[in-house]
Amino acid sequence: MDLSTLLNTPQLLTVSDLYHSFAAYTITGLALGAIYALVALGYTMVYGVLQLINFAHSEVFMYGTFAMAWVVTYFHGTASSGQSLGSTLGLLGVCLVAAMITSALVALLVERVAYRPLIRRGSPKLVILISAIGASFSLAEVMGLRDRIAGWFGLDGKLSNYVSQARNVYSSPITINPHKVFELGGYGVTDVDLTVIFAALLMMVALDVFVNRSRLGRGIRAVAQDPEAAALMGVNSTRVIRTTFLIGGIMAGVAATLYMIRIGSTRNDAGFIIGIKAFTAAVMGGIGNLRGALVGGLFLGVMENWGSAVFGTQWKDVFTFVLLVVILLIRPTGILGESLGKARA
Amino acid sequence: MSGTVPASARASRRGRPLQIPLPAFLRSRQTRLVMIVVGLVLAYALPIIRPPFLTTTDSDFGGVMVGAASYALVAVGLNIVIGYAGLLDLGYVGFYATGAYTTGVLTSQHAHWPFFLALPVAIAVTMVSGVLLGGPAIRVRGDYLAIVTLGFGEIISIAARNSSWLGAAAGIKDIPPPPSIGPNPIIQADAGLFQIPHLTWNGLVPSVDNLHKTPFLTFGVIDAIPYYWLILTVIVLVLVADMLIKDSRVGRAWEATREDEDAAELMGVPTFRYKLLAFALGAAIGGLAGSMLAAGQGGFISPDSFLLPLSMLFVASVLIGGAGNRWGALLGGVLVAYLPERFRGLSDWRLLIFGLSLMLIVTFRPQGLVPPRRTKRALRVQAEIEELEGEGVDV
Repeated sequence: MDLSTLLNTPQLLTVSDLYHSFAAYTITGLALGAIYALVALGYTMVYGVLQLINFAHSEVFMYGTFAMAWVVTYFHGTASSGQSLGSTLGLLGVCLVAAMITSALVALLVERVAYRPLIRRGSPKLVILISAIGASFSLAEVMGLRDRIAGWFGLDGKLSNYVSQARNVYSSPITINPHKVFELGGYGVTDVDLTVIFAALLMMVALDVFVNRSRLGRGIRAVAQDPEAAALMGVNSTRVIRTTFLIGGIMAGVAATLYMIRIGSTRNDAGFIIGIKAFTAAVMGGIGNLRGALVGGLFLGVMENWGSAVFGTQWKDVFTFVLLVVILLIRPTGILGESLGKARA
Repeated sequence: MSGTVPASARASRRGRPLQIPLPAFLRSRQTRLVMIVVGLVLAYALPIIRPPFLTTTDSDFGGVMVGAASYALVAVGLNIVIGYAGLLDLGYVGFYATGAYTTGVLTSQHAHWPFFLALPVAIAVTMVSGVLLGGPAIRVRGDYLAIVTLGFGEIISIAARNSSWLGAAAGIKDIPPPPSIGPNPIIQADAGLFQIPHLTWNGLVPSVDNLHKTPFLTFGVIDAIPYYWLILTVIVLVLVADMLIKDSRVGRAWEATREDEDAAELMGVPTFRYKLLAFALGAAIGGLAGSMLAAGQGGFISPDSFLLPLSMLFVASVLIGGAGNRWGALLGGVLVAYLPERFRGLSDWRLLIFGLSLMLIVTFRPQGLVPPRRTKRALRVQAEIEELEGEGVDV
């Protein structure tokens, strides 16, 4: 059973549904959660270093999804076709790189425009938060008005494959048809599920090694622990902050590609819900904690699928939100506890 | 502070003269009172006067004024949360929706209460929802509140859309308007106690337009102006309450908490309780505004009336006007609602413009268009302290 058919089932699902297709809900939940976890990394890194919620991170992700869809449109035109994962690997590789670069650039732009001037001035947290919210809405609106903006330059006709009906859903022309690899508890685990989960895990491990082993990673941990002491020890905090945004952007780009492989379509406000969920995942795992983001993301993805099995898919987002409030009530520091600085230094 | 003390003496008692002294006649209590009364009369009469440049050409001016007044009311309420207590509430539309839906359910969907009975219930329900939502988030950490409220603002319309008890996607219709004064026949020509003719302008020369009249005071489907008067009256009441609270112990506690929470806590201010109070009061005013919306012209609400970008516009109203200054918030609300109506070509760009202006404002004028007086003073003191510290380093 594919995730989108699973989530678009109209009738009310029940506990017995969850019982009978437990493996299906769990595996698709893990795949969804892996995407949340990758986006959550961006929140958790920035929060660990700056103690600020990067509100514009959802838009960093959203631009990645568009980069992926546009690359596919560029190579394949707009005629939609379904293909297997294996036959499109090369194309997906190009998409991945494009999405990573796009998301990273947007993240750097956000840092440069919405954060750095205010951090340098020592503005209060609330002010920086508002600046990030402004950046988030501006980015989402620029994407939603891209047909008009292209029109300023007289390019809307030429680029119509990319910019027409900017506020509507934009689908990737190629949809990936999942293929069953093996069966688990009555559910055929597909190559797409496996790719998403393992790609996410791979990125996580790479990031964990980077933060814990490399010189720059040590700088990140130092700034997270004590910015002033780190500055006195010669850590360039501006550079560390920029790196943090860059890494968050790259991870969001990977997440965007995986998201598009699964879902296949995006919109100028697609980042919003994913952003809230990823942030919830980061809080659940313990914000500022890299491994926490993974745990929180997977936990949230699975819980969300189980929840939608029990309460019905239309209540999925409400369920997630209630889960966030409950977690804040009973364990506000998250499952693994907070702090990037103390992340096994 | 007693009103008989001249303003100059008041200023010097604070140890520092006001930097921009107002002309003497503006400082006297009587003139200020007169000015307030004149301003109020003008505000009430605005949709009747229909001043040349301000009047919208593409849409009903009375309706636009209702929109502007609603935003202003919401902004004044949100200003308590953001401006006074320094809590970022990004899901204010959720409270707006809660108030509107409570009113809709009580007056049309499941019962047939009169509006003025449903209104206090709507306010109370919203306030309780504010406490339930704000409690856990505020207790943990201020910036979690932003995300929790954002989530609340998003799911409230999802919940309304998926719940047939709340009318699902079709929403709630036939919500009765507030009770009219005077007869309210179907044909509005002779409704109300008496009718007020509008003005019409030929260039800058006004003349009485006897073809367009507003009945006093019936709430019908044709004329939006009575609704505007009602909301304006509510705004005045809320503003008076706002002034009383801001100048009380509660207002000072908010200010202390906002400026330095630890210091306030040390001084014995129960910061959590005061923050929750601000949040709940703000929510209550949001519910009040939502209730007015539900009982407004047409009497129809649907999940689409409460989408999340609206929240963003509310926050933008407060911050553009000047968080912490009720007049700033008022102005911000009016501008955010009015400008896109006056310049219709802008309406598609509205969110982008407000997103950008948020960034620009916090970067270049973080205190907003009309900054609160105390902020100005605090900034000046801070500048002085920095100057002194600078000298200290030199020595």
